[in-house]
Amino acid sequence: MAEILGAFFRDYQSINSYVPIFIFTLVAFGFAGVTLVVALLVRPHRPDPAKLSPYECGIPPLMEAHERFSIRFYLLGILFLLFDVEAVFLFPWAVRYDYLGLFGFIEMMLFIAILLVGYFYAWRKEALEWA
Amino acid sequence: MGIAVEAVIALVKIAVVLGVVSLVVAYLTYLERKIIAHIQQRLGPMRVGWHGLLQPIADGAKLFLKEDIIPDKADKVVFVIAPIMVLVPAFVVYSVLPFSSTFYITQVNIGIFFILAVSSLGVFGIVMAGWASNSKYSLLGALRSAAQMLSYEIFLGFSIIGPLMLAGSLNMQKIVEAQSDVWFVFYQPLAFVVFFIAALAETNRVPFDLPEAETELVAGFHTEYSGMKFAFFFLAEYASIMVVSTVAVTLFFGGWQGIGWIPLPGFVWYVLKLGAMIFVFIWIRATLPRYRYDQLMRLGWKFMFPLVMANIFLTGLVKFLFL
Repeated sequence: MAEILGAFFRDYQSINSYVPIFIFTLVAFGFAGVTLVVALLVRPHRPDPAKLSPYECGIPPLMEAHERFSIRFYLLGILFLLFDVEAVFLFPWAVRYDYLGLFGFIEMMLFIAILLVGYFYAWRKEALEWA
Repeated sequence: MGIAVEAVIALVKIAVVLGVVSLVVAYLTYLERKIIAHIQQRLGPMRVGWHGLLQPIADGAKLFLKEDIIPDKADKVVFVIAPIMVLVPAFVVYSVLPFSSTFYITQVNIGIFFILAVSSLGVFGIVMAGWASNSKYSLLGALRSAAQMLSYEIFLGFSIIGPLMLAGSLNMQKIVEAQSDVWFVFYQPLAFVVFFIAALAETNRVPFDLPEAETELVAGFHTEYSGMKFAFFFLAEYASIMVVSTVAVTLFFGGWQGIGWIPLPGFVWYVLKLGAMIFVFIWIRATLPRYRYDQLMRLGWKFMFPLVMANIFLTGLVKFLFL
C-alpha cells in the first residue's frame, strides 16, 4: 500500500496536468446543457404531423429508415480497426526513435512489411474497392 | 500552489478559451461567406451592421429562437444526446493546444495523441445522429461521414509520425520548441500534403464534403436537426477546422515561433499562421468541385496510404543515416 501511495505522489505532477482537461469536459457539457435548456425556454413549440415526419423530398415517407446498409461499411470498420492499432504502435516508436537506433529502424520496417502484406492482400481481395 | 488555486486559474482560462472560440467560430462563418463571395465577385452579407459585420450575431439569435423539431419516429433520447456528443469533444481538444509559449490550458506529455483520440470521438455523435433521426438521408449521410472520417483518420495519424520522429515528443509545446530553427514543413513536405488532404476529409470540407452533398443527401446526418441542436453541429464543425489548422501550424509551421527578427508576440504569430491556414481551407472550398465517393476511398486507401508509409520509411532511413 505504501508503495502504491508513494508511486502516486511521485506521479502526482503528471496526473495534475490532466485535471484541467477534466474540468474543461465538465464545462463543455455544462455549456451544451445550459444552451439547450435556455433555448428550450425561449423558442416556440408548435408541432404538426407534417413537421414531425422525417424529410423525404415532400412525399409521405415510405418504410422505416432503419434498414440494412452496405456490407462495405462493416468491412471498412474492420480495416480501420486493424490499421489504427498499427498507428498506435508507431507513436511511441517515433518518439523514442533516436534511442532505439538501428534496432528500432529494422524492427519497425519488419513490422511495416508485415502490415503491407495484409494491405496488399486486402487490395487483391478488392476490400478497398467501392462500387 | 494549492490545488484549489490551480483549479480556479484553469477555470478562468477555460472560460476565456470557450468564449473566444465560440465567438471566433461564429465569425469564421462570416469570413467564409465574405471570402467566397469576393472570390465569386459578389458582395456577401452586407445588410446587418457595417459590411454585414453583425450577421453572425443575427444568425446566432435566429438559431436560438428557432423551433426545435424532434421527428415523431426519432429515437428521442439519442437524438438529443448526439449533438452534445459531437460538440463536447470538439471543444475539449482545445485544452491541450499551445496558443503561445505561456498561454495554454494545460500541457500533457501525450498532447498530439490526445488530440487525435478525442477529436475522433465526434464520429460517435455523428453515427448516433444519423441513426436516431430515422430518416434515410440522415442514415446514409452518417454512414458516409463515419466511413470517410475513419479512413482519413488513419492517414492523418500516419502522416504525423514523420514530424514526431523529428520532434521526439508528443507534447505540443516541445514540438513547437523543436522547430526554433527550421519548420518541419521543409523536412516533411510529403507528410504535410497528406496531412492537409486528410484534414480536409476529417472536417468534411470541400472537396470531401460528401456527407453533406446537398444535391444527393439533402444535409447528410443533420437533415432532421433544427434550432440549437443544428447550431451545435455547425459549431463543432468549425471548431474542428480551427483545431486541425492549429495542429497543422504546430506540427509543420513552428506554432507560435516567429519568423526571423520580426518582434511580434508568440500569440500574434500563432493567430497569423492560423488565419493563413483557415484562408486556404476557405479558398479550396471556393475553388474545387466535389469528389465522388468511390474516388474518395480510392484516393485514400490506394494512394495516400502507400505515400505515408513511404514517408515513414524515408524519414527513418534519412534520420538514421545522416542525423
